[in-house]
Amino acid sequence: MKLFPVRGGIHPEYRKDLTSEKAIVVLPMSAALYIPLQQHIGAPAEVLVTAGDQVKKGQMIARNQGTVSASHHAPTSGRIREITEVAAPHPSGLPQTTIILEPDGKDEWGELPEPIADPFAADPRAINDRVAQSGIVGMGGAAFPSAIKLNLGGQKKLEILLLNGAECEPYLTCDDRVMREHADEVVDGARIMAHALGTPRIVIGIEQNKPQAIELMTRAASVFSNVEVVAVPVQYPMGSERHLVQAITGIETPARKLTADLGIVVHNVSTARAVHHAVRFGRPLVARVVTVSGGAIRDPKNILAPIGARIADLVEFCGGFAARPENVVNGGPMMGQPLPSLDAPVVKGTSGILALTAEEINDRPDSACIRCGNCITICPCGLSPVEMSAFIRKDNLEMAAKLGVTDCFSCGSCSWVCPSHIPLVHYFNYAKGALRDQENDRRKNERIKTLAEVRTIRIEKAAEAKRAALAARKPAAGTAPAAGASEAKATTEEKVNP
Amino acid sequence: MSVVVSAKKSGPFAHGFNSVQKTMFTVLLALAPATAFNLYLFGWPAILLFAVTVGACVVIEAVCLQLAGKPVAATLADCSAVLTGWLLAMSLPPWAPWWVGVLASVFAIAIAKHAFGGLGQNVFNPAMVGRTVMLISFPVAMTLWVAPHPLFSPGAPGFADALAITFGGQIPDTMSAASALGHIKTELSRGIPVTQSIIQVPDLMDMTLGYRAGSLGETSLLLVLAGGLFLMVKRVISWHIPASMIGSLFLIAALFHAIDPARFASGTFHLVSGATFLGAFFIATDYVTSPVSKSGQIIFGVGVGLLTWSIRNFAGYPEGVAFAVLLMNSLTPIIDQYTRPRAFGRNRKGEPLSLEKKP
Repeated sequence: MKLFPVRGGIHPEYRKDLTSEKAIVVLPMSAALYIPLQQHIGAPAEVLVTAGDQVKKGQMIARNQGTVSASHHAPTSGRIREITEVAAPHPSGLPQTTIILEPDGKDEWGELPEPIADPFAADPRAINDRVAQSGIVGMGGAAFPSAIKLNLGGQKKLEILLLNGAECEPYLTCDDRVMREHADEVVDGARIMAHALGTPRIVIGIEQNKPQAIELMTRAASVFSNVEVVAVPVQYPMGSERHLVQAITGIETPARKLTADLGIVVHNVSTARAVHHAVRFGRPLVARVVTVSGGAIRDPKNILAPIGARIADLVEFCGGFAARPENVVNGGPMMGQPLPSLDAPVVKGTSGILALTAEEINDRPDSACIRCGNCITICPCGLSPVEMSAFIRKDNLEMAAKLGVTDCFSCGSCSWVCPSHIPLVHYFNYAKGALRDQENDRRKNERIKTLAEVRTIRIEKAAEAKRAALAARKPAAGTAPAAGASEAKATTEEKVNP
Repeated sequence: MSVVVSAKKSGPFAHGFNSVQKTMFTVLLALAPATAFNLYLFGWPAILLFAVTVGACVVIEAVCLQLAGKPVAATLADCSAVLTGWLLAMSLPPWAPWWVGVLASVFAIAIAKHAFGGLGQNVFNPAMVGRTVMLISFPVAMTLWVAPHPLFSPGAPGFADALAITFGGQIPDTMSAASALGHIKTELSRGIPVTQSIIQVPDLMDMTLGYRAGSLGETSLLLVLAGGLFLMVKRVISWHIPASMIGSLFLIAALFHAIDPARFASGTFHLVSGATFLGAFFIATDYVTSPVSKSGQIIFGVGVGLLTWSIRNFAGYPEGVAFAVLLMNSLTPIIDQYTRPRAFGRNRKGEPLSLEKKP
């Protein structure tokens, strides 16, 4: 298949060989599982259990609420210890409401929804409902509720389901292992998703540095005429949705549009496997494969961990630390987030836990920019990091926004390539946050202004009406004090009811 | 096992192994063969001047850093001052007296670099500022070219003679020689056409190898070229500036030579004489003072090439690379502004692409 060039990109040290030949192993059941109510983009789920409840594996313990949200299920059977605040796997380390489950060790499945016997004959809505019911979110890292993305079929004319098996982040091998060990399940899941979306074609994009995965997936796909496996060049960030779409179709997704607007929906390979489990067996998403790697880990592994397992348990299962980690990262080294604590749990979007040594990170104090222009050459978004960062340093966010800082998706290529080790992405993240705040403030002010204007008009109208009533009653003297009292009452009402 | 690791900044948690120091070092390495050969050709006086110039640059850099309250040792380690001094020395007449090197260093480091804010902030190429200011202020000392006197060859100055030349300012008259570009310009001003005067300049082979009068970096094209190609292989520089500069210089020279061979020297002559190669690979490609985008670099290179030719032919000075580079340096900010790459999913104006049309 003809591929299309993609702008920029880098070739970091991949270090995937630390875990690429390590088959997926199951994590021994922990003493407790910590299931946060918000593991996804959108609103947190609503708790369905109380402390002391006995739950079975796969039982829904928190239900999605609002349009963008995801349900959560008991990853094993056991007793709900409590529902409390626990540090989230988020750089802030802020606590969030979490269900703590004590496994009973039996790992008994509860009553699951009936498997959908012939998903290809089923109504796409039934599949979407099942995916929503199973609490499936994008497992590539973004953790966007998958059912919403599958619903796009009803809204737009879609051509291609693009399955993202690029796994362009260094170190991570969880998708690689899933494709190698469960190729049939991934392909089946993809076919079910394509049916739900109504896309005639399925393309599975895998970076060329995973030859076994390409071979096994090609074999699994060869049975089906509409499924095609494409080996894409090893070029970070190939796994970015827009760039993968460009490499495979040659189409550049317009800014502020979705790939779905082009008729292409992108899902992660592990998500496809989760859909397979949900549809074929009625099993919700209660576990995922996590790559635990990095130079500071004694024995790196690909671990099938229940959602809610403490990261410390995974690290311990890998023999603990062989060296002092400079940073523990949630996700890949390029776009992952620093973990504030090992007490945080594995969530549905946790693709990797990396304990990295200072040598691996190779960060140094920043020095003056020498304008080498490398950041511009490699920026996959066609931005000018050197210029944007100069404006952000001067706190000129307006110019940074003009140069497109909000188009940056923080892939980290510029920070990686910078010979002066300037923390460019750090600046851009700051600018994006500050600009978002400004935008929110602006909206809020506008809303307040509108409300205030409405209020003024309302008061004027009321006063007008009163004057009119007063004028009508003028001939009858002595009623003025009463009218004054009612006016005062009206003002009080305005105050309490803005 | 509750290890809390604090992250001071956001990702990425992986970085390339490139550094400013490494970049500067690679450039120095690329310059080394040509420099060594030329130091050999021009003997002890050239070695002394080279040492004085590089040393002066480093000392002045240290003083400026100290005055600015910046870390001295850590910043010196980036080698940028060494590189400036090195390039400066290569652009001076090899037997120039010591004060030429020192004064040029003051202009290069203190005025052109640190007055603008230090590394990365300067608008103009420091080495070229140093050279140009000296050329304008001290035209005699800056045009005292000598023919090559290889080390240990008969007639070459010994170490003691060299001390007298560099620190005493005594250049034996008999040893002076004109550079090829200078010779042609002088002859032209006397009414002798290029077609005649070119016979007296060294032949193409000598010009290419470096057996001719000129500054250290102007001679020995092959080694400069090899160093430039090395930098390209190492991806320190890209082809854009050298190719566009050399290409445009050659084309315009060849064109005018075809029109009037008596007035204009050939394209080949312009390539092999003067500082064309050193300028194209090592001067014009200076990161700080050249455009950051590839399309901007092509505009910059073409500008340098055309200006070099114009200055060589129509201005008062026989050589124009330094002036051309400085002139284009002043245009770099505006070139940068107009040659930003097109953002992903947007057109050149920054508006989102439409869904129907492909870019």
